[in-house]
Amino acid sequence: MEPNTGARAIWRLFRSNALGLAGLAIIGAFAAVALAGPFLVPYDPLAFGSPRDVLQAPGPGHILGTDDLGRDVAAALVAGSRVSLLVGLSATLISMLVGTVVGVVAGYYGRWVDTALMRFTDIFLVLPWLPLMLVLAALLGPSVWNIVLVIGLTGWAGTARVIRAQTLAIKERQFMERARSIGAGDGRIIMHHLMPNVFPLIFANTILVTAVSILSETTLSFLGMGDSTRPSWGTMLHFAFESGAASSGALWFILPPGLCVLLLVMGFTFLGYAFDEILNPKLRKR
Amino acid sequence: MKRATFVKKLLQAAMTILGVLVINYFLFRVMPGDPASMLARNPRMSAESVARINEMFGLDRPWYVQFGMYFGDLVRGDLGDSFIFKKPVALIIWERVPATLLLTLVAEILAIAAGMLIGVVAAWKRGSALDVGALGFALVSYSMPTFWLGILLVAFFSGYLHLFPVSGMISPALVFAEPLAKLGDMLAHLALPALTLALVLIGEYALIMRNSMIDVLTEDYIVTARAKGLSEGDILRRHAVPNAMIPMATIIAMSLGFTITGALQVETVFSWPGLGRLMYEALKGRDYPLLQGIFLVTSVAVVGANFVADIVYGYIDPRVRA
Repeated sequence: MEPNTGARAIWRLFRSNALGLAGLAIIGAFAAVALAGPFLVPYDPLAFGSPRDVLQAPGPGHILGTDDLGRDVAAALVAGSRVSLLVGLSATLISMLVGTVVGVVAGYYGRWVDTALMRFTDIFLVLPWLPLMLVLAALLGPSVWNIVLVIGLTGWAGTARVIRAQTLAIKERQFMERARSIGAGDGRIIMHHLMPNVFPLIFANTILVTAVSILSETTLSFLGMGDSTRPSWGTMLHFAFESGAASSGALWFILPPGLCVLLLVMGFTFLGYAFDEILNPKLRKR
Repeated sequence: MKRATFVKKLLQAAMTILGVLVINYFLFRVMPGDPASMLARNPRMSAESVARINEMFGLDRPWYVQFGMYFGDLVRGDLGDSFIFKKPVALIIWERVPATLLLTLVAEILAIAAGMLIGVVAAWKRGSALDVGALGFALVSYSMPTFWLGILLVAFFSGYLHLFPVSGMISPALVFAEPLAKLGDMLAHLALPALTLALVLIGEYALIMRNSMIDVLTEDYIVTARAKGLSEGDILRRHAVPNAMIPMATIIAMSLGFTITGALQVETVFSWPGLGRLMYEALKGRDYPLLQGIFLVTSVAVVGANFVADIVYGYIDPRVRA
């Protein structure tokens, strides 16, 4: 089975999937804002305003108001979208790499390799991830790339399990045996016969992991582990919380970043479910 | 459950905990910029203090001796001293455990009851507005940062309606004449944090219960029950719900890590004096021994709870017992 023959068929299925289209539209909108970034809002997100700019309610001049240091909320939101997307996607890349390698190796080689790798995976699967991520982030120090590393290296266990299950199923198929009988080595079998069949699952899983990665980034940054020179939506919420905006009623400074996270994560979840449904109809029914 | 299965599960749990211990050890001593060597490398520190730190962490000894020392300390319940509280970490954590347990327990009970109810009704009335609403709710609550939901509830119920206290577990500087008044004050403080944590869990539980119910409702024994002339209510109560509940036991145990993570965030927002608030304080003060103690204790608790759930599950579901 060639992996690409189905691309057009998948697109046809996807076009009629309302959930998937909604997800794609949401992600597209955020990506556009992140790319257009600095052209959209005339303020520097990091520049402190003059004292009279502090905690202004939304109005002309600052359409979404200002925060406790007089920074423009709209500008911070736009800048935050770049950080949140960047961190979410990069961390997912690491998670998927680790998860795929662990899953494929465990499933393909089986025996003690499988047992050892799966025990290791179970540790990461069962641990409360927040304390682990916080310890790691605190030790590495606050920077965007450290956050990426921390989220990526703690979020791969679920993927490894899914990929392993799929690898086990495919290993039993006849074409794998045929490939081996004509003398193909492990490397060739994995790359040319196994991976094309595991790929759809990796793809759908990637999108769902991105949703989790973005949420993780927000939580870490909210707890003060964010890079203050590159504030994300989570960092905004950290400062909003620390300044007591919730009880003082400065909602314009709490609602927008949280809503952005909610929408973007929902977008990725929608898209992930849609692809899961299209690519793995059997898995979804189970 | 057979003894062999029990021993196997016990060994698995023990290995997971050993894994946690090893991760914890490496985090503290081997990572770049680990606090032990950072302390020792501080140029302003006298040679005497450096020697003391080296001795304290055993930095001048071979790694296996260091690991042995670390392990021995753990067995004695010694998790080191907190930088900010200047007290043993184990003692500080021990003081904060009850608050976290109370919050988690109340939220779990609320979430399990509400989640199962919503799940059962959604499955029974599949495709109805309620079903779609439940799915939508599950999706939104899954996509929402837990701490943000907490902040919103504070803003609405405390900032706007002035209904509940904003933070803490008990009103400070109040002397209560009766124990009942004190309990009432604590419940008022507990309401919002427990509601926040429950809301985050309800969506997931409802979804699992719904899917499990839908599976069960297509089983042959439901058709049999209907053919026997049982009323729809009886079928639900006596045949469908008890069987659909079985997967819930696993899900609740498996999502304990997620629950703890949620509780840590909720406590931070509401200044609930449990492990989560403690963790936030430790983070701000870069109190590594305390952070690691919390990581260790929550991890071991989750692994232990999973093990217990596995064993209990073996008793609930006869298919596993075999």
